[in-house]
Amino acid sequence: MNWITNYVRPRINSIFSRREMPENLWTKCDECGTMLFHRELSDALNVCTGCGHHMGITPRARFEALFDGGVFAEVSVPKPIDDPLKFRDQKKYPERLRAAQKSTGETEAMLVAEGEIGRTPIVAAAQDFSFMGGSMGMYVGNAIVAACERAVALKRPLILFSAAGGARMQEGILSLMQMPRSTVAVQMLKEAGLPYIVVLTHPTTGGVTASYAMLGDIQIAEPNALICFAGPRVIEQTIREKLPEGFQRAEYLLDHGMLDRVTPRAQLRDELIAITRMLMGLPPAVAGDLPAPDSPEKAPAEKAAVQP
Amino acid sequence: MTTYLDFEKPLAEIEGKAEELRALARRNAEMDVEAEAAALDRKAADMLRDLYKDLSPWRKCQVARHPDRPHCRDYIRALFTEYTPLAGDRNFADDHAVMGGLARFRDKAVMVIGHEKGHDTKTRIERNFGMARPEGYRKAVRLMEMADRFGLPVVTLVDTPGAYPGKGAEERGQSEAIARSTEACLTIGVPLVSVIIGEGGSGGAVAFATADRLAMLEHSVYSVISPEGCASILWKDAEKMREAAEALRLTAQDLLKLGVCDRVIPEPMGGAQRDPTATVAAVGDAIAAMLGEIGTPGRAALIKARRRKYLDMGSKGLAA
Ligand SMILES: [Zn+2]
Repeated sequence: MNWITNYVRPRINSIFSRREMPENLWTKCDECGTMLFHRELSDALNVCTGCGHHMGITPRARFEALFDGGVFAEVSVPKPIDDPLKFRDQKKYPERLRAAQKSTGETEAMLVAEGEIGRTPIVAAAQDFSFMGGSMGMYVGNAIVAACERAVALKRPLILFSAAGGARMQEGILSLMQMPRSTVAVQMLKEAGLPYIVVLTHPTTGGVTASYAMLGDIQIAEPNALICFAGPRVIEQTIREKLPEGFQRAEYLLDHGMLDRVTPRAQLRDELIAITRMLMGLPPAVAGDLPAPDSPEKAPAEKAAVQP
Repeated sequence: MTTYLDFEKPLAEIEGKAEELRALARRNAEMDVEAEAAALDRKAADMLRDLYKDLSPWRKCQVARHPDRPHCRDYIRALFTEYTPLAGDRNFADDHAVMGGLARFRDKAVMVIGHEKGHDTKTRIERNFGMARPEGYRKAVRLMEMADRFGLPVVTLVDTPGAYPGKGAEERGQSEAIARSTEACLTIGVPLVSVIIGEGGSGGAVAFATADRLAMLEHSVYSVISPEGCASILWKDAEKMREAAEALRLTAQDLLKLGVCDRVIPEPMGGAQRDPTATVAAVGDAIAAMLGEIGTPGRAALIKARRRKYLDMGSKGLAA
């Protein structure tokens, strides 16, 4: 893998691979108990309309809402070697992987895409908490390297949405090595003078927080996201005292100077457009310039023509 | 007084008997026990060799944590001259879990940084058992950047159960501090060599061990999580640490195969704790050899090679 020259041509993916409609049409909010109709919930980007609780959102759903017209091209990620340690706990690692692939319909725990937001070209990467807790293994490392290489090749900012319980234990030391590895990738961006914006989503913990997720030029978090190195339970066991309300939540980190902003999901897109445009020396985004979000069907062919 | 690990119990009995016999003989001048004691010595030596011939990963974890192993302070005392500790992160505090400062290694000025666990109750508490807080990592960043400015090679000695999981540590940005320290390891334009002398615990170790060359002592370990932690998460039973240690591939020998560490430094028979002086000397030779291997390729080439090393890492699995 060469960091600049070797990328695989992005494949137009967008709306064709949308996940099938969930059988359960109603979701109950964990926080307030409101029953939410799936359509209402997905329109609200999985944020409870009753209490504002931010539920998990898949990378694909996030990208569909983020990119203009829901159109993006997936950046291909080199596949790492399978089960490098031949790891086995109560189950074999490949079995756990296959189960996660089956339940999510995704290859792995990170999706990388390129496209435009408010007509601003960007590369985005998003971690999938529903895929083995979003855990960082070699694939996620490869995804971050691919995202940074692509951003450098196209001279675009990278926006990364983190969500992970930490490192993928089943890859042992090689998961830990994704900390320096992803750090090298982030340095490529920085040396190319490109913005690296991290959006920390619930939860972002462990080795992920202690590497690429804390190295952004700008650090934004979604409301109430748990963001930490050591989890609250481990800390309570260590210091044997109860932790304060809201400890290690986004707002707490903001208060302690660890974040630039806490931004609700609904406002995130506009904010990311404004920030990336300012950092990239572009004029303000033109409002009303974009395809209607409810008619993306026409978009892919048209967009495919202008893909680099 | 030797501290025995649980798997060394049979050995403790034999060595104890030999010691008793000799103590008895010292009190009764006419007693001749030497032949019998010497036989016990031979038996103990055989047993020690058998026990350590093929240590299981879990036993290696135990040896790596042995309280009598030489610690960072012992290495600095024995291998470096003119050691001048430099304290503080210029921000909040000085973290005593991290030692660091200017020193000469074989007459050449270097920056040495390492985790220190402490050697008795008082110093262990003072050193927080080698578990650094953000201040420790920020001090390390400061020292690495200083070394970079003045062209001094950096030597790190890694020995930590992990970064400290505490309330204040989290509030002051443990994650960010670790991330910045790893970043500093990858940014400085001077040679960086690292030795894992005991425990390489997770992110707290990565922050120092991301190096041009990484050596590990024969019975040291380097892991994404402790075997106990892994067992309680994946096996839902912390008592399955033997299985977890096995599965994690955390031994120096496996990490050499994986290309994560570059050399394994042999320990004296029975582990570093049985001959600290020899262990320290062997680590000194390894540091010198690694610095020699790196040579003086110039900043850009050095940084490029270090980054390449980490980008390529893991691409071959155990076949590396
Ligand atoms: Zn709610």
